[in-house]
Amino acid sequence: MTNASLMTRETIVNVLLALLLLAIPLGASAMGEPFYITLATRIAVLALAAVGLNIALGLGGLVSFGHAAFFGLGGYAAGVLATHAFDGVPLFAGIPGTDSMPIIWLVTVVVCGLLALPIGAISLRTTGVYFIMITLAFAQMIYYFAISWPAYGGEDGLSIYVRSAFPGANAAQPLPFFLICYAVLMTALGLFWLLRGSRFGAALQAARQNATRLSAVGIAPFNIRLVAFAVSAMVTGVAGALFADLNKFVSPSMMSWHMSGELIVLIILGGKGRLFGPVAGAMLYVLFEFALGGITERWQFFLGLILLGVVLFARGGLLGLLAGKARHG
Amino acid sequence: MAEPVLEILELRKTFGALKATDGVSLTLMPGEIHALIGPNGAGKSTLIHQISGSIRPNSGTIRFLGQDMAGLDMAARARLGLGRSFQISSLVQEFSALRNVMLAVQARQGSSFRFFRPVMGDPTLTEPAMAMLERVGLAGRAHMPAAELSHGERRQLEIAIALALGSKAFLFDEPMAGMGPEGSKSLTKFLDGLRHEAPILLVEHDMDAVFALADRISVLVYGRVVATGTVDVIRNDPEVRRAYLGEAA
Repeated sequence: MTNASLMTRETIVNVLLALLLLAIPLGASAMGEPFYITLATRIAVLALAAVGLNIALGLGGLVSFGHAAFFGLGGYAAGVLATHAFDGVPLFAGIPGTDSMPIIWLVTVVVCGLLALPIGAISLRTTGVYFIMITLAFAQMIYYFAISWPAYGGEDGLSIYVRSAFPGANAAQPLPFFLICYAVLMTALGLFWLLRGSRFGAALQAARQNATRLSAVGIAPFNIRLVAFAVSAMVTGVAGALFADLNKFVSPSMMSWHMSGELIVLIILGGKGRLFGPVAGAMLYVLFEFALGGITERWQFFLGLILLGVVLFARGGLLGLLAGKARHG
Repeated sequence: MAEPVLEILELRKTFGALKATDGVSLTLMPGEIHALIGPNGAGKSTLIHQISGSIRPNSGTIRFLGQDMAGLDMAARARLGLGRSFQISSLVQEFSALRNVMLAVQARQGSSFRFFRPVMGDPTLTEPAMAMLERVGLAGRAHMPAAELSHGERRQLEIAIALALGSKAFLFDEPMAGMGPEGSKSLTKFLDGLRHEAPILLVEHDMDAVFALADRISVLVYGRVVATGTVDVIRNDPEVRRAYLGEAA
């Protein structure tokens, strides 16, 4: 039963990765090193953004080069709502801002979903390199829109003076905030796992591998992909909101194509389509950024070399190396 | 006479100067196997593609169960009960044979927007899918990825998928291609029984199979139907012999 043993092995790797990510900040907190808590929070938030993209890219084969737009929209949702709440100025038509994370996330999910539907509906008329370019084009439109909107900082970005609140937790402190991010990440991973094994997931993965076959059994690939794109955008959006709260700052750079590329890199590093691929990828990425970034400003050159190695020699990414080939029931 | 299940009227399709389908009309009656034969490049696959909806004709009508198919895409036609197999096997390669059939069962149930319940533990999907694999004799390979199945097994799997769709007519594009004599023989027997479930429009080069199975044969040459009739009529049609069976007149 090679299938069963592989599954167990991947499960063990996943559990270890989850525990490791939890252990770093707990240990750092015990030793009074809040910097490492922030580092772990950064991993959790980037991993969450990549879990979102992994739905479209990993399961659906939709290489969106514009997911930074949704990441940034989540960031601006957090920043704008918090700023209005802080200043006591209504948003519009008497609607007040808010500094409550659950409400910010809800707004993010709605905004990202509403925007992803038309963007997806247009982009999904194309495939391959055209899909990549059209998603990039949409993201750049939103990026330049953010730059040219002085009310919310324009190019300079927008500072969040007080981190938003979560009921029952002191989110201003590093460790509780990490735990919030970690819980959201685990929830998203649970959703990804359910989605992948569901009827929708079956259709989505079939659309990636053979869209003609999917049509021939009577399922229109377009509808499946569109819903996947929207769900994917929503998850990445929530990560953006957390990212803004982590840095207490949001700027158009969250929406730039660099960010879109970074999310794709995370997935490739970790293993695309794999449940914990984004987590492994984010861990590696932040580790490089921290370790190499301390030695040289050109750390991304070395990241590039590593990425090259992964693409050439370890297609399955870190998860592929640790847990073997992906299993398909 | 009963109403035809599938009715094609004056279908035309050109690719540049090439008339791939040049005024084709034919019918598929309930309970029959209608074989479509013709030399390579005669436009058989192009015709199948137009019926299934992956290529749009320039003009003409395709009626399935009395309904005009114009404007319906491949997925919509499949949902109405037009099941097809491909000339070159078209499967979800990483999925097991069972999951390939389960996808068809799921499609038939009309419920792909279910996001949480795992498919593998869902007997409403696994049981009918397994039953279809048993019917085509693939049950022993149910958990094998489609990519690892032999050529003949993939053809069988395509047929299991078409069965699982509850198709009301089958379009089979060279199901025997590349099969050994044993495989062809058992598939011939299987298709023979299948016609009572739903009529079959069969494109096939294996003449033994065609003559054994077909109630009617249409001969396609350069995009035109040059003859339609029973096996005996076609065998003895001088034009067919000249154009296709390769005998000097």
